[in-house]
Amino acid sequence: MQHPVASLPTILLIAAIMFVCGAVCMATKRNAVGILIGAELVLNASNLNFVAFAYLTPFGIDGQVFALFGIVLPAAEAAIALAIILNFYNNHMTVDVDRATELKD
Amino acid sequence: MLDLWPQILFWILAVVTVVSSVAVVVAQNVVRAAVWLLFALAGTAGLFFLMGADFVGATQLLIYVGGTLVLVVFGVMLTARGPFVRMETHSAEWTLAAVVGLALFGLLAGSILAASWPEKGSLGPAELNATSSRTSLDLGLAFLGIPPQRAGGVETTAGHDPANIGYLLPFEIVSVHLLVVLIGAAYLARSKRRRARGV
Repeated sequence: MQHPVASLPTILLIAAIMFVCGAVCMATKRNAVGILIGAELVLNASNLNFVAFAYLTPFGIDGQVFALFGIVLPAAEAAIALAIILNFYNNHMTVDVDRATELKD
Repeated sequence: MLDLWPQILFWILAVVTVVSSVAVVVAQNVVRAAVWLLFALAGTAGLFFLMGADFVGATQLLIYVGGTLVLVVFGVMLTARGPFVRMETHSAEWTLAAVVGLALFGLLAGSILAASWPEKGSLGPAELNATSSRTSLDLGLAFLGIPPQRAGGVETTAGHDPANIGYLLPFEIVSVHLLVVLIGAAYLARSKRRRARGV
C-alpha cells in the first residue's frame, strides 16, 4: 500500500509558483541570459505538471513521455538561444535586450 | 514512521525548488541566478524521483542540470563584461512585475483549486505509477506504441486503441530537430568569427 507523496493540487501549485517566477524573470531581467534562465524555469514548471499528471491521473505513462520531450526541446532551445546571444554579443558588445533593436550590425 | 519519509522528502524538495525559483528572480547577478536555477532544477529532479518518474528524473539531471545549465553558465562567462553582468531593475519595474506576477499566480492558483481533479482514491494503489519500478521499459514501449503491461494485468488507457502508434513519429521529429538545432547553433556561433577573420 503506497500513498502518493502529495495531492495533485499541491504539486500543481508548486509548479504554478515556478511558472510565475519564470514569467516574472523573463519580464524583469535585462540580460538576455537572464531571460533564457526564466524560460528554462517556465518549461521546467510544465515538466513538473506533466509528471504530476502521469503520477496521479489514470493516463499512464504519457505524461512522462511528454516530460521527456519537454526536457530535450529546451536543451535545443538553450543551445540556439545562446548561439544567437553570442552572435549578438560579438556584434554589439552587450547582451542588454533593451539595446537589441536589431540583430544585424 | 517509515511511510512518512516520502512526504517529508517531498516537502523538503518542494521548499528547495520554490525558494530557488524565487531566488532566481530576485538575484541581481546573472551567475547567481544560474546557480539558483541549478538548485531549482535539481529539486525538480528529486520531485520527479519521488513521483515515480525515475527515468525522467535521471534525464532531467543529465540533460538539464548537466547540459543546459553548463551551456547557460558558459553563455554568461562568454558574454560577461563589466557592468553588463549586473542587471539593474528599477523599483517601479519591480512593483509592476510583482503585481503582474501575483495576479498571474492568483489566477493559476484559483484555477487549480477550483477545478475538480480526479481523486487519488479513484485509482487503486496498484495503478499508481509509483509502484512501477521500470518506467524506462514502459517509456520505451510507449515510444514504440506498445501498451505497457501492468503487474496486475491492468493496462492504462493508452494502448487500448489499436490505431495508437505511440510516440515513434514525435521521437523521430525530435531527433531530426536536435540535429538541425546542432547545425544551426554551430553555424550561428561560428559565422561571425569566420567573417571577422576574413575581414
